[in-house]
Amino acid sequence: MARYILKRLLAMIPTLLGVAVLIFVLLRVVPGDVVEARYLGQGSQYVSQDLMNIERKKLGLDLPLWKQFTGWMGGLARLDFGVSMWTGSPITEEIKLRFVLSLQLALMASTIATLLAIPLGILAAFKQDTWVDYAVRVFSIAGLATPSFWLGSLMILAMLIVFKWVPPMVFTPLWVNPWENLALLIWPALAVGYRYCAVGTRMMRSTMLEVLREDYIRTARAKGLWMKLILTRHALKNAILPVLTVISTEFAFLLGGLVVTEQVFNLNGLGMLFVEGISHRDYTLIQALVLLVATFFLTVNFVVDIAYGWIDPRIRYR
Amino acid sequence: MNRVVRFLAVAASALLAFPTLAQTPRYGGELVFPVPSEPPSYDGHREETFGLIHPIAPFYNTLLRVDPFDKTGTKPYPSLAESWTVSADAKTYTFKLRQGVKFHDGSVMTSRDVKASYDKIIFPPPGVGSTRKGQYSDVAAVEAPDASTVVFRLKNRSGSFIASLLSPYNFIYKADILAKDMHWYETHIMGTGPFTFVEHVKGSHVVGKKFADYWDKGKPYLDGFRAVFMRDSAAQVAAVRGERAQIQFRGFTPAARDDLIKALGNKITVQESPWDCILMVAINHQKKPFDDPRVRRALSLALDRYEGSKALSRIAIVKEVAGVQVPGTPFATPPDELAKLAGYWPDIEKSRAEARRLLKEAGVPEGFSFTFMNRGIPMPYEPLGVWMIDQWRKIGLNVTQRVIEPAAYYAALRKGEHEVGMDFQCGYIVEPDLDMYKFLSSSRNPANYGYYEDPVLDALYDKQGQASSVEERKQIIRQFEKRVLDEQAHYLMTLQWHRTIPHSSRLHGWTITPSHYLNNTLDTVWLSQ
Amino acid sequence: MAAAPQTLEELSRAPAPRARWRGAIANFVRQRPLGAVGAGIILLTAALALTAGWIAPYDPLANDFGAMLSAPSAAHWLGTDAFGRDVLTRIIYGSRTALTVGLGASFIGATLGSLIGVASAYFGGRVDMLVQRVMDVFFAFPVIILALAVVAILGTGAGNVILAIATPMVPRCARVVRSSALTVREMPYVDAARASGFGHGRIILRHMLPNVMAPILIMGTAFLGEAILLEASLSFLGLGVQEPIAAWGLMLRGAAVEFAETAPWMAIFPGLAISLAVFGFNLFGDSLRDALDPRLRTQ
Repeated sequence: MARYILKRLLAMIPTLLGVAVLIFVLLRVVPGDVVEARYLGQGSQYVSQDLMNIERKKLGLDLPLWKQFTGWMGGLARLDFGVSMWTGSPITEEIKLRFVLSLQLALMASTIATLLAIPLGILAAFKQDTWVDYAVRVFSIAGLATPSFWLGSLMILAMLIVFKWVPPMVFTPLWVNPWENLALLIWPALAVGYRYCAVGTRMMRSTMLEVLREDYIRTARAKGLWMKLILTRHALKNAILPVLTVISTEFAFLLGGLVVTEQVFNLNGLGMLFVEGISHRDYTLIQALVLLVATFFLTVNFVVDIAYGWIDPRIRYR
Repeated sequence: MNRVVRFLAVAASALLAFPTLAQTPRYGGELVFPVPSEPPSYDGHREETFGLIHPIAPFYNTLLRVDPFDKTGTKPYPSLAESWTVSADAKTYTFKLRQGVKFHDGSVMTSRDVKASYDKIIFPPPGVGSTRKGQYSDVAAVEAPDASTVVFRLKNRSGSFIASLLSPYNFIYKADILAKDMHWYETHIMGTGPFTFVEHVKGSHVVGKKFADYWDKGKPYLDGFRAVFMRDSAAQVAAVRGERAQIQFRGFTPAARDDLIKALGNKITVQESPWDCILMVAINHQKKPFDDPRVRRALSLALDRYEGSKALSRIAIVKEVAGVQVPGTPFATPPDELAKLAGYWPDIEKSRAEARRLLKEAGVPEGFSFTFMNRGIPMPYEPLGVWMIDQWRKIGLNVTQRVIEPAAYYAALRKGEHEVGMDFQCGYIVEPDLDMYKFLSSSRNPANYGYYEDPVLDALYDKQGQASSVEERKQIIRQFEKRVLDEQAHYLMTLQWHRTIPHSSRLHGWTITPSHYLNNTLDTVWLSQ
Repeated sequence: MAAAPQTLEELSRAPAPRARWRGAIANFVRQRPLGAVGAGIILLTAALALTAGWIAPYDPLANDFGAMLSAPSAAHWLGTDAFGRDVLTRIIYGSRTALTVGLGASFIGATLGSLIGVASAYFGGRVDMLVQRVMDVFFAFPVIILALAVVAILGTGAGNVILAIATPMVPRCARVVRSSALTVREMPYVDAARASGFGHGRIILRHMLPNVMAPILIMGTAFLGEAILLEASLSFLGLGVQEPIAAWGLMLRGAAVEFAETAPWMAIFPGLAISLAVFGFNLFGDSLRDALDPRLRTQ
């Protein structure tokens, strides 16, 4: 077990290195750089080439690419993420608050998705091919089909018109003011959670169907729903596992992937930071962010695998 | 009779513009306003965005400022300089500084600080960037003969020198700090302004609180302010609507204004002004058939600017039909004169017929296709793009739009890849020297994206700058405008931006100007109950 | 599922008498009513896209400022937008963009992904190892950043949007197809093919690929709905197709947000169009999955 964990952890390093190379190259291929983003197109009358050269030099953009890359890697080895090219402040400071927001939102959305998916999936499986099954499936697939930015806009508009309610302007961490915090995050969490519950519901339904095909359950066919539920409670644990896997994979995606939802709900999370970073050509910030999200993704997958084996001893590690 | 009417009009507009003067300012309260973008660094000498001005300007003073109650945003007004004189040859400007001005750290501001700040702007040492250096190419030296006097010596006389000192970016920094570290102000804030810095939470907000030792006794009125960074415009409108914020200083769309009035009635006060920003179309003379002035004129003739003004002012932040100066400002061409230029004729059918004739004459076939390059910014680039493409379709041109992401856009313009592309100019003050520089030959202005040489036009530009009277200058500007927009049609103008600020009726002491860079020191602003 | 065709040859040779098809369709409708509803929606969308030129009541591009922002009426069933363009017309034309991008992206994503997956499984060993590591990298890479970067490098426009959407689909498809292909590799007929000296390309294309068609089809249909949704999101962010081309995501942008209160029809109908189309594809895909492989759980 310990050897397996170590092996998995070591296997992350080449993947992360690959991610680092990929984002480094991608950013340099994208036309424009942070200095152009800063000085061109602000509508001012005078543009000085001189100034742009000075700024490039200051940021080390005049260095050969391999030097820029090794410099970045060297910093990472010392756990120094560097400073943002756009603001000049340490990247950890730029990311801090936004990370808290995104993490909380991802957690809330995943919780909502799980809480919806498990009962809905079980219900659909028990009532397979009846109207209940169809209703559950339509409900969950509709969630998957509705653009969350559109749903979000409609939610905001409805609350504005009906309740004259406007969400708080800024994000306050949960421990500072839970009420303000939840007032801001509950709506996007619902919009996103509804969307992601569809995947889990589908998984829950199919694993549950498999459980229901087991012989001893079939014999209980004549008995009521509650009877079946009691009979299946041991099997349930195993049926829920794949659902949790799917949702935790989605959870890792949520951390960096809520660009449009964050825009609609005016949330300053990592998704918006991505968009801003790209539009500012803030190489150092984007590089750090991508690595952060990738590490998070790999770690979640790793933890899920480990937990899987721990809950279900039938799975053996290679 | 006429005079009476004019007097009444002036009186009425004065009443409308300064309803606040009648009331006594109330002290206290925190002003909350959303800012659509976050400042990159804190150094005004280095940055070019209102995202810096709105949250950071209240911490600083400049040498001169624009009169905070002047709606045209052009009148010079004392700030750290109490008064100034100009020598007979107009090459020496002497400024008398205010006494007893304190920095937030308690030290006294002197001429050394002003000189050090302007030296940083005009003569930055190697390795220090200053974006506005080019604007002061006429300045030979900045001197500080005694603690309360600053002298600027110019190489040539310049009609726009005072205007260039009105720049809201030219914060006065402390000389001792600059001597130690020229980059200190990029990451720190310490000025003489009416508010002191409290905090900046990245991605969230900047907070300032009243500076008790502010030199202008009795000001500021506010206890503090909170600038909240909100990228999404709908969220900004919602903040004002939910009365969580009192104002957004950049400008809202007409739709937002109407929604706010509908929702809040007289709790909302609206101020509007032409906006000193305009999108214009750069026609690349290096690409055929756009080297032919007939084709370029046809592009301008195709636009029904008057109908466009009426319709687009309902859905976008544009309104006035404009030449090379912001309508309504001293050097702007009056509407009936403007209507004589090609593309500004009141009869659009005649215009379009002429456009088709010119295209035919130039050998451009019906259904000719070209690409219009536009910048990926929603407002007002998108609506103007949709509008122009439809207008060009009406003279038989088949235009596809290629939208480029904002950060890559100017790289593309600079490469000259475009056939026809959107270009943008935006100033802090209406001043012909600044506004018309854009149109000079590529050899003089590298930011000319039409890529043409026109010595006649350059000569007119130089002549207007040296003109001895306002009337003469107006005449030359008229000729310049006719050449650049009509005869040669080097560039074509879309519609002037229109600034609309619906703000809480509780907010007083703030007057709109044509620029969203101006009037953000917040010393005169106060909140009623 | 009785005797599914085993190879591509069989698939193409399979006789398709009308009666059999009719029976199969009737069967599908009876057994999977939701899937049939989905198929109906898909057919409707496709019909709209194909006949847009004839059935759309107005010109999708022409501005008409006299009619700007008008509410739904007899003249404009779904109202007009900020430029006076008919919303219904633009929704009809928008189905073309949605289908082009959806089909293009999922086709490229699924094809490229399955080729890589099958080849990786077939060659095994170091090649497989290397391909897997590269796929891991793409997996760990945030999808939206990949899409943003592709658009930033190549520019906007339908073709580039297809690439931007297809790129993150490739590794996902490759992973699923690879695991199916691994079992196929051990089949005797692959050994036989190898023994008779067929080239790698032939074995991969003619012997292995046809046998993993089920997961590829399932992935492909799942991608379709997703691609349409992603296209709408990218257009909404201004990174997709560009005005004046009609596209659903584009219609939800700008003025639709500005006038959400006074002219809600501008936002509601295109949003419904997106939801309905994606809903149709998902319903159909779901039923297809059930029909082809009820045990296939992988995403």
